Amino acid sequence: MSVSQQLQGIWPFPGGIKLDGKKSLSCQTVINHAELPRELEIPLSQHIGHPAEAVVKVGDSVKKGQLIGHAKGFVSAPVHASSSGIVTAIEERLVPHPSGLPALCVIIDTDGYDHWYDCTALIAKNDAEHNGLNALSAEQITGKVAEAGIVGLGGALYPSAAKLQTARKKDSDTLIINAAECEPYITCDDALMRNRPEEIILGILLIKKVVGAERCLIGIEDNKPEAWQALLDTIQGYQRASHEHDKQSIEIIQVPTRYPAGGEKQLIQVLTGREVPSQGLPMDIGIICHNITTAAAVYQAVYRGEPLVSRIVTITGGAIKKPQNMEVAIGTSIREVLDQAGWHKERVDKIIMGGPMMGFALPSIDVPVTKATNCILVSEPGELPTPPPAMPCIRCARCADSCPMSLLPQQMYWYAKARELEKVQDYNIFDCIECGCCSYSCPSNIPLVQYFRYAKNEIWDDERERNKANLARERHEFRQERLEKAKKAKQEAARLRKEKLAKKKAEDKKNAAAAKDGGSKSDNKPASSHADLIAEAIARSKAKKAQQQALKKNTENLTEAQQKQVNEANERRKKS
Amino acid sequence: MLWGILALIALAAFFGLLLGLAAIVFKVESSPVVEQIDALLPQTQCGQCSFAGCRPYAEAIAAGEAPINLCPPGGEKTVQALADLLDVDVLPLEEDEVLEGPVVAVIIEDTCIGCTLCIQACPVDAIVGAAKQMHTVIESECTGCELCVAPCPVDCIEMIPVKKTISNWRWPEPQYDVNNEQAANIFTTIEKVLAESTHP
Repeated sequence: MSVSQQLQGIWPFPGGIKLDGKKSLSCQTVINHAELPRELEIPLSQHIGHPAEAVVKVGDSVKKGQLIGHAKGFVSAPVHASSSGIVTAIEERLVPHPSGLPALCVIIDTDGYDHWYDCTALIAKNDAEHNGLNALSAEQITGKVAEAGIVGLGGALYPSAAKLQTARKKDSDTLIINAAECEPYITCDDALMRNRPEEIILGILLIKKVVGAERCLIGIEDNKPEAWQALLDTIQGYQRASHEHDKQSIEIIQVPTRYPAGGEKQLIQVLTGREVPSQGLPMDIGIICHNITTAAAVYQAVYRGEPLVSRIVTITGGAIKKPQNMEVAIGTSIREVLDQAGWHKERVDKIIMGGPMMGFALPSIDVPVTKATNCILVSEPGELPTPPPAMPCIRCARCADSCPMSLLPQQMYWYAKARELEKVQDYNIFDCIECGCCSYSCPSNIPLVQYFRYAKNEIWDDERERNKANLARERHEFRQERLEKAKKAKQEAARLRKEKLAKKKAEDKKNAAAAKDGGSKSDNKPASSHADLIAEAIARSKAKKAQQQALKKNTENLTEAQQKQVNEANERRKKS
Repeated sequence: MLWGILALIALAAFFGLLLGLAAIVFKVESSPVVEQIDALLPQTQCGQCSFAGCRPYAEAIAAGEAPINLCPPGGEKTVQALADLLDVDVLPLEEDEVLEGPVVAVIIEDTCIGCTLCIQACPVDAIVGAAKQMHTVIESECTGCELCVAPCPVDCIEMIPVKKTISNWRWPEPQYDVNNEQAANIFTTIEKVLAESTHP
């Protein structure tokens, strides 16, 4: 790859800020393996979309890589056991989330054997090198990715299989692999690229095949020369080895280090000069973007058949004795990870999951490492100072200058604070990527990003409430209508009954008159027959009466004494 | 002279006709105010406003027979929205009891005798069941109006708050630090300046 090629396509994005990377802290060593904990706590929801549904019961024995929660719906991902052991509970536990609320987790007591479940690879690595990827179909690969529970490991956590399928349908022409890793402190992608470049490249080729993209660009920040070199060597080696017609075009482009160059939309702009439309997706302009860690996970799923059961986590910060990158089984408690890395407990100021810009303070350290955990940052006092209390906005527009999405944070802040949600939307709040550049550059220390998150949530809430109210109105109206109908039907029935009765009465009257006439006019046959009927009925009723009378007469056949008693009683009645 | 008058009359007639036609062809179906008010109400149909549902209340507001602050489920948000829509002053809510988040009705299934009284009371048909069969509430349809609680002869319906989970959790509004004297001073100064400039 020549210099001109390297320099091709650098279109700077607007705004952004220069940050002190602090990456050298943790990127000096190889990837260590964290010890297997005694207990794994695996949340069933580690992705965007529907939580997975548990398929194991308490007491089940599971093996490493065995499915414990299956995906529910299109936008969902399965969850696997990250080591062998016994399921001891399926209950709500604290998970790493800014809310500090619990969520459903599968608890596994590990047995220490770390036995793998029977995982079948789609293709052996040697096969791939000899035959290329032609033997595999896109459906096979997507199926494997879905099965392995791979989600966007750059932080979005969107189920990768769903993204791949959509991208395939939309005919994306460019695949962008995000290796920028622009947040300070974090070096997990860097470590992965240095140590496993081959896995990454093979994973990228798989993704490229599924998407059907003509070209593939890897964007990497220029502060990671070793990782860049490692990937470049691998790409060149692969291109030399493969046949001419089979040449896969993967370009690796160094982009200037500027936060947030690793934002999906920013990286796309830097590499291609194309801008993702407002409130649109990269797919709308024929681009699909995946993270480099996701590519490595795809490799593991396809070539080794291993689901996503572990990930590389950066453990760094001033209060960590030996900042490093660790491969940690998903579900390991963060406390155990910190214990293994060694930390100065007395010097701890903040414990953050993610980076200092977009991460959040952990509600507790007794929460598990999840698919989303890329970094655990334990700062010492003074390292990441709490901003002083916010002061009024002086409308200096520094936030607007630093906004990589070219928004107007000062305006959005104004309206968000006043809860004028429609106006906030007019300023395109939903294009905000919550990178934190505005808060960082605000001289008044206004927590702008928090305001935007709050405003977005309020807008969603309002919309949900409105939808619920509309549904309730619909149901209520339907009920009213139904009741109205029932009432009308009842009235109608009553009316019909009345009419029938009136008709009958009228007829009877007529008949009676006819019967009278019948005496004189014997030729009136129907009338006379009616009259006969009436006469018959009268006779019947008379007969019945007589019969009843007859039954009533229980005073017959009385003895003399009884007769006497009766007579006496009658006498008494007469007297009184 | 005559021609001029005739021409003007002809023009006037023509444009009058044109306007008349335009009024018919481009007639704007303006949403009546009742519809707009009804759209702002929470549709719980709970009757806490003393009207038989949200729509009757909307009609009463539109007719000027009811104040805008009779809807406790809607809360201050609704009062504000109604005030904006009708261009009237915001009134404090009648009810002083503050609602603690949304609630839904839940039938204790062991106690339910299947009398169907709650089914008849539910304004949104959110309760399913049949005579002498156990009833149950469809949680997603329940508006939390509590109308089913009173008719139940065995008191087996409870209103429980909707559980807070990660999926319905929302970022809180950032708060200015109350101890921040400096900021407080500046705010009061600004307010003073604003007050002075608006009321000279």
